[in-house]
Parts: sequence; C-alpha cells; structure tokens
Amino acid sequence: MAINSNKAIKISQKHLLGIQDLSISDVNLILSEAKKFISLNKSKNKKIDILKGKTQINLFFEPSTRTQSSFELAGKRLGADVMSMNITNSAIKKGETLIDTAMTLNAMHPDIIVIRHQDSGACNLLSQKVNCAVLNAGDGRREHPTQALLDALTIIDRKNKIQGLRIAICGDILHSRVARSNIYLLNMLGAEVNIIAPSNLLPKDISKMGVNTFSNMKKGLKDCDIVMMLRLQNERMTSSFLSSNREYYEYYGLTPDKLDEAKNDALIMHPGPMNRGIEIDTKLADDINKSVIKEQVELGVAVRMACLKIFCE
Amino acid sequence: MKKKYFLNANIVDPHNSIEEIGGLIINEEGKIEAIGKKVNKNNIPSREKFIDLKEKYIFPGLVDMRVFVGEPGYEYKENFKTLSNAAIAGGVTSVVTMPNTSPVIDNVSIVDFLKRRGRDKAKINIFPAASLTKNLEGTNMTEFGLLKKKGIIGFTDGTKTIQNTRLMSRIMKSAYDLDCLIMQHAEDLELSKNGMMNDGIISTKLGLQGIPDIAEKIIIERDLTLLEDLNCRYHVSQISSSKSVGIIEQKKEVVSFTTGVSINNLSLNENDIGDFRTFLKLSPPLRTEDDRISLIKGINKNLIDVIVSDHKPEDEESKRLTFSQAATGASGVETLLPLSLELFHNGSVKLFKLIELLTSNPAKILKINKGNLSIGNDADFCIADIYKPWIVKKEKIVSKSKNTCIDDKKLQGQVVNTFVKGEELFKI
Repeated sequence: MAINSNKAIKISQKHLLGIQDLSISDVNLILSEAKKFISLNKSKNKKIDILKGKTQINLFFEPSTRTQSSFELAGKRLGADVMSMNITNSAIKKGETLIDTAMTLNAMHPDIIVIRHQDSGACNLLSQKVNCAVLNAGDGRREHPTQALLDALTIIDRKNKIQGLRIAICGDILHSRVARSNIYLLNMLGAEVNIIAPSNLLPKDISKMGVNTFSNMKKGLKDCDIVMMLRLQNERMTSSFLSSNREYYEYYGLTPDKLDEAKNDALIMHPGPMNRGIEIDTKLADDINKSVIKEQVELGVAVRMACLKIFCE
Repeated sequence: MKKKYFLNANIVDPHNSIEEIGGLIINEEGKIEAIGKKVNKNNIPSREKFIDLKEKYIFPGLVDMRVFVGEPGYEYKENFKTLSNAAIAGGVTSVVTMPNTSPVIDNVSIVDFLKRRGRDKAKINIFPAASLTKNLEGTNMTEFGLLKKKGIIGFTDGTKTIQNTRLMSRIMKSAYDLDCLIMQHAEDLELSKNGMMNDGIISTKLGLQGIPDIAEKIIIERDLTLLEDLNCRYHVSQISSSKSVGIIEQKKEVVSFTTGVSINNLSLNENDIGDFRTFLKLSPPLRTEDDRISLIKGINKNLIDVIVSDHKPEDEESKRLTFSQAATGASGVETLLPLSLELFHNGSVKLFKLIELLTSNPAKILKINKGNLSIGNDADFCIADIYKPWIVKKEKIVSKSKNTCIDDKKLQGQVVNTFVKGEELFKI
C-alpha cells in the first residue's frame, strides 16, 4: 500500500508534548495521516517500512497496558526498531534522575522517545535534554495528546465532524490528563464541551479553559452527542475525595436513565481501563450501538503510527 | 583603622528620618562619627583624604529577617562563610538564620556551636532563630527562655507551620511571659498538602497540585484571633496573597503584630513559572498578578513591615528534576536590594519606604540596634549605584548555591561597596 506523505504541510513542533502546543493545521495533518493507516491496520499485511532503520524507545515510568502496546505496535508496523524500557528494573530505581536517564538514552541516538511519567512536565524536561523527538504518552495530570487525537479521530469516524457537537467529559477531571488534552483539542475543533464531576474532582478555575461545568450529571448530559467517561482512580477514595464507590455510581456512573438525557444517537467513549459498575454500567459499556470503546483502541494504533511518522521526519 | 570620610552621597536612613545629600565620617573604631548634610568639604580637615561618592546612595546595612544557611548539616548548600560573602555582595550586613538545619536549632547546646561558627566564619552579623517546637515536629515547645538567654533572637519553625491551635495558643502565652518574638510561616498544611504552586488556572493547565491562597489566610486569621487574647510579639513571616492582605488590614485595627513579604512575591507572579521552571518553585508560592499588586498596596498602606529575601540555597541537583520532585526555594540574599529597587524604579514604592522595610523596620521588630546610621553605632552600611543597569547571571551568583529565580533578569541598581563595623568588606 502506498502511503504518500504530503511534503507541503509540515508539523510546527519538534516534539509532541501536548495538544496546547499544536496548531489546527498540525492537528489536521496528524488526523489525515492517521486516516490513511486505518485501512492498513485492517489489511492482511500490516507492515510497511517507512521507519525502517529508525529507533524508537518507549520509556514508561508508570504502568500502562494499552498506550504502551499501542505505541509498540505502531512503531513495529512502520518498521522501526522498538525498544520498551522496563523502568522497574532500570537505573531510575537505583536513584538515577530523569535528566541522567535522558542523557544516557540520547547517547544511543534514538530517533524518537515515547515517554509516560507520573509527574506533570516530565516530557518537557526530557525534551530539553535530548536531540530526538519526544512523544508524550501521558505526563502526570497535564496532557495525554495521542489519547485526545484518537478520541477526535473516533468521533470524526462516526459523526463525520466535531464542529458544533456537544461533548460531555465526566468523572475525575482533577487527576485526568485525558480530560485536559481533550478540552484543548475539542475546543480547537469547535465542539461545545461540558465537564461533569463532583466538585471535589474539579480542578480550580477549569471553566477558564472554555468549558461548561456541571456537578449534576443529568443536566450536564442534556442533548450531548458524545459522552466521554473517565476512569475513577480507586486510590482517590482513601483521600476522602468521595465517600464510596456505590454513591459515586449512583450520582456519576453512566446508567441508561442518565444517558436518556443525551441525544438518542449519543456515543459512549472511555479511554480505559474501565471500572465496570463504578463509572459505567457494564451493559452500556458493551452496547455495540452506543459504545465505541473498542474502536478507540483500534484507531489509537493508527493515530500513534501517524504521530511516529510525522515526528520522526 | 583609619578614619574614613565619604562626601556628596545621597543618604537614606529611615531610622533617623534622613533623606538628604551629605557626608559620612567613620571613626577609628569603625563607628559612625558624623552624618548628614552638615558633613561636607568645608568642615573636614584639608589634610584628610575623602571619597566623593558623586551622589551615589548610602543605605544602612540591610537586615534580612529570613535566611537559610546550610550549617550545620547542609554545608554543601551554604555555610556561614559563603552566606556572609553573598550577603555583603548585596549590602546585607545582618541576617536572621532559620533553624531548619540538621540537627535543628532547638536546644541550647547547639546555639553555642552556631554562634561560634557564625562569629568565626561570617563577617556579617548573624542573629540565629531557634525552632518553636522540638525537631520542628509541631508537638513540643522548645525552651524559649533559656534559648533567648543564649542569644536566640526569635522563634520559628521556618518552612513549617504550627498546625495545632492549642499548641499555638500555649506558644503565644509562653512568648508573652518571656518576651519572645514568634515568627510564623503561615500555611495550613492540610490544605496545601502536596501543593507545588498557586492553585488556579495555571496549576490546572500545568497539571500541578495547587496551594490555595486560603491556606495562608486561615492560619493568619487563626493566629491573629488567638493574639487578641494573648498579646505576644508575633510576626507573620511572609504573605503572598490579596486575601492575606485583607485579613491583616482588618486585624490591624484590633491587635498589634508585624508582617513580612518575600521580594520574590513582590517582583514575580505565577506566570513566570512558564514551562515548569523549577527555580521558581517557592514557598509561599508565586501567585497571580492581582495578588502581587495587592502586596505592593499593602506596603504603601503600612500593612506590611518587612521585605525579606527568603534566601534558600539549594544545590543544582535538587532543582534539575521534575517540578514535583524539585526542591522549594531560591537563593536571593545578594539580589534583595537590587530587586527591591525595581519597585522604586517602576514607581511602585518610594525609595525611603523600601529602605525602611529593609533596614529599620526589621531591626525594630527584632529589637536590635542595627539597620540605622545613628552616631556612635557600628558603621554597617552599603554604597549603591541605584541607576546602574546590569543583568543577573546564575554563574556570577556569590552564594554557594546558584538557584536564583531571576536568572537573566535585567535590573537597575547595584551595591558598590559594603562596610561592616567600618571595614570595607565588599567592593564591586
């Protein structure tokens, strides 16, 4: 299959650290590249060699299943040599700082480093110290750009547009990088964004990011085209953000009666991993007419292939 | 020591209400013999050599009420010698050192060590503070009376707050009995837990845990409410927000206390953090521009008494980390005066007022005979060219730690000479 890169349009950034750094033409470039990979990923021979000879290092400081495997697969399908660093066995555990790790990896001349880190801004720090492109696979609570891009691609795939849609993002917004990246991207693409969360899980001044905020889920879901659920991180329970899982489910879990407030053809999204019965009713999660959760994973590979290709160049 | 004559200087000495062009005579003992406009060419002996300062400024040596020194325990960050060198490079001749060392300054035996080291290694006047509670744990009071007798000037847990209200009321009662100065770092530790910067839209965007401004206000309000019943010498170490200025304005009508502010909070705001600049991770955090302006108004309304450097040397390794891992604080004793002068140059605060907050006011709170140019006193002073432009460069920082939060900042005004007890210790 022939994948022609459009040389006329170039990405404005050296690294992919966050959606907030991207222009709308950057986003369109990534999304249109990603669209080309969707069919490749469904074909019999999924491998091409446009990144042949390139080295991709996945540096995951936080456990991750789907993002890490998605990036690994994306790199391999493009023909890159992919190395995934297992941080639990690495020098970091022996007290090495992120900067020293960056210097060490840099000496191995990678072409691209994919990083996931528990601290906000870790990818920014890394990008200042290495010569290659850095792709952020999630930093603390700040950004998770490829997740937002794959969400946008999924929405476009189903709804043919984002402009003018009303999109609800529900759950633990405070600790969510997915929410932040999505707010930037969906706003940029012309959607109306409703944020739904208990006040304890809303970051300060979030409405200044150009969103409507709701602590009543039904009100927030009114006439929405897309309902994006976020994972409730169970460890939050201990710091008394919330009283219990069952109360959370009662008020903020996505159930058929709450979903009735949204449009009839509303789609359900979730970045995973899901807590069934806590933030989402298990039948809704599996409802093939409403839930696009599996499609998100599928398109995730295409989006990451597009990002690897564009930022490797 | 030879007698020294300085003529044609702009002298600002708030303690003696002097703001005039004149001269300064230092006698053989390093004391001030004469000062003011009456000291001029016509009334000094013609055989004496004099220095024409050409309208440069003479200020009393600055008194910095909040300085961290790494000794004992963290000598790799700063010791008394390097602190002293940094201070004189900025015209600071007296400092109050914080007790957050290892071991903590919380008992009389360590005070002797501290005073000996300070005397032997530092050329400036060191006034050590001791901790309010043993090992800074916030549970048991230290021996205020005995420590004071040994020469401790005030009590503070430094970077920590007395969280327990009952303990705070007992501390105030003891401080009243023993006439001790209490300096509180105001921050509700529960509200600010894991916080790294001001809580607001910037922290939300950067994905960093915020420190709400009410965490500061609540402690100030609580302490000042306690103070209504238990009137001891109480000083809020540093305030950072408009809300704190508000509560201080209310309480000033009811009780007497004093308040400090870091020059960092007067000069910078949260936007300066930019792309995770860890050198601007400070406590209290930099807040909004509105907060900064409120603090300046607070100074002009006499609600804030002291400007401090909040000098907190940290080695580069503890700053070259992610924002959440990085150490808090900035080195700043040597830039305290130049950075303060920015407030004069941009019309925020009058020069006389600035110098008052840097010299006579802290001395008055500490009850020390420093920060003035009174006749007969030690000649601790600096000569400054307040219009000289220069750029702060990390590499040129004198302090052992180079963690300045104003690297590459353009400033106007530099200290040219610093004298302690009549002896010239610094010359640019």
